[in-house]
Amino acid sequence: MLSPAILIPAILNGLLTGAVYALVALGLTLIYGVLHIINFAHGALLSVALFAAFFAYQALGLDPYLAIILLAPGFFAFGYGLQRFVIGPASHGDDRNMLLITLAIAIILENALLYAFRADTRTIDVPYAFETIDFGFTFLAVPRVIGFGAVFIVALLLWLIMGWTDIGKAIRAVAKEKLGAELVGIDVAHVYAVTFGLGTACVAIAACLLIPTYYLNPHVGNAFVLIAFTIVVLGGMGSVPGALVGGLVIGVIESLSGLILGESLGQIGIFLLFIAVLLVRPSGLFGARA
Amino acid sequence: MKSVLPIVSVIAALAVVPLFVQSNVTLNFLVVTLLIALAGQGWNILGGYGGQYSFGHAAYFGTGAYVTAILQVRYGVNAWIGFAAGIAVGAAVGAIIGGLTFRSGLRGSYFALVTLAFAEVLRIVASVAPITGAGVGTLIKLDLRAQALQFQSRAAFYWLILALVALSLLIAWLLERSRFGAWLIAVRENEDAAMALGVDATVVKLGAMVLSAAITAAAGCFYAQYFLFIDAGIAYGTWISIEALLTPIIGGVGTVFGPLLGALVVKSLGEGAKLVAGDAPGLDLVVYGIVLVLVIWFAPRGLIGTVADARKWVLHRSSRSVREAGHG
Repeated sequence: MLSPAILIPAILNGLLTGAVYALVALGLTLIYGVLHIINFAHGALLSVALFAAFFAYQALGLDPYLAIILLAPGFFAFGYGLQRFVIGPASHGDDRNMLLITLAIAIILENALLYAFRADTRTIDVPYAFETIDFGFTFLAVPRVIGFGAVFIVALLLWLIMGWTDIGKAIRAVAKEKLGAELVGIDVAHVYAVTFGLGTACVAIAACLLIPTYYLNPHVGNAFVLIAFTIVVLGGMGSVPGALVGGLVIGVIESLSGLILGESLGQIGIFLLFIAVLLVRPSGLFGARA
Repeated sequence: MKSVLPIVSVIAALAVVPLFVQSNVTLNFLVVTLLIALAGQGWNILGGYGGQYSFGHAAYFGTGAYVTAILQVRYGVNAWIGFAAGIAVGAAVGAIIGGLTFRSGLRGSYFALVTLAFAEVLRIVASVAPITGAGVGTLIKLDLRAQALQFQSRAAFYWLILALVALSLLIAWLLERSRFGAWLIAVRENEDAAMALGVDATVVKLGAMVLSAAITAAAGCFYAQYFLFIDAGIAYGTWISIEALLTPIIGGVGTVFGPLLGALVVKSLGEGAKLVAGDAPGLDLVVYGIVLVLVIWFAPRGLIGTVADARKWVLHRSSRSVREAGHG
């Protein structure tokens, strides 16, 4: 029934989508790995970033790919400030409070967008939105291929930052042993905020890569963040390679189950996989035992 | 809280309100506030006393609402029986979700995440399954008779939800004084230590989950009877998961009156925001989110906890000054 002529493009498209999922998940897993909390505001931040990319294009005429140069540092600063001046002080170092504060931020951001822009769905039309590359056996959309490449550049950059810079070493030290890091003079509040900023910058870049081929509305981030949660749980909370592989796997699963089961049931498949992984192996495929 | 007297006097004071207030708008506001207080008390049993923060109490609210509605509409079951069945099935869903998650040892972030996912799965299933009316929703036929659990006057609905809230306050009060409640609080404070002392943490948490789900499901059953319409977005929507956790946290987490006080504060602020800025979608939730941040930041034990702290501080100071005066 399913010939390779249908199956192979579906798998390739799944991989392309999965790469952007992986980038959203990367931000989430980074924050979890260091702060040990699930950032429930991640989806709302993605919605905000999509709106920012939208208005950068509509108002300033800025191409989404160029907007990365502006939005990535901007959202890094926003995330840094959020953790340093709101989440950190407000939660008094209690994990349960941190969860609630990120949930509260999600509620505020999402509903502020809803209040300001209503529930309308918007799109932008860049001239290259429908251009394709001919691979001989299949065509792939140019923006999605660019997105795929960009995700791996971002992952490489993150790997370099984590491995070779002082702040990267400090982040890894805090993730491993917070008290010890504090004792040798690392400013933990600063490291937390930098990590949150990096996670938020990942979301901003993902938004810029998504927007040429995707739509936006105040709730759009939720669809991604639940997939991102699944990827993070599947790949292991806090594991960067886990997020990348998990993202690609989920992208392919979604594409294939959409092909076989239809759209609405494909969504349930992801949720059930998510619950099953959480119940059977909460540490994920790559993670250490929780 | 030692005596049951505060509960009796608060409920008595609330019970006479319809004798003085005839405005349907005001009564409607109070009914919705009490409904949220009831759902919040359910969350408070598990989250406040047990320390297990659920982000998906919509799972029980929605189940209660759907069971009540579907039994009447599709099977012609009496509304009162449907109401009781809704509570029972809600508790059973709590037992299933609790059994799965607690046995897997999920805590903290993981627990919040998996409860959220269960509520979302139920929402998606309810929005496509034919028995729930799928996207159209379920409409309960208007039948204004007490046998059908529908009343001509708002006051009757008000007394019904007030009775349910009174019952939930009593349950929380009894929980505080029971051995089971002590185990539950021990698990919240330090699960490993409680287990080392012989408390079966999984069973205790599961018991709290079932009780919690039953109370929140009762709020869902009432919602179905009061509004006579539900769909997947209402019954299993994130709004109720958020409001159920918002009210006890703002009022005073792990206290008998926390959810009731929190519901009054939250709903009043929501109405106030509408008065100031007009009724626009999203506005009330922005206000709730800001209040949640401010309360956790500046009054992490909620309004009741903060008042109690302040009183202790004042008493401590005055007793010290008395002692100092004695020595002087």
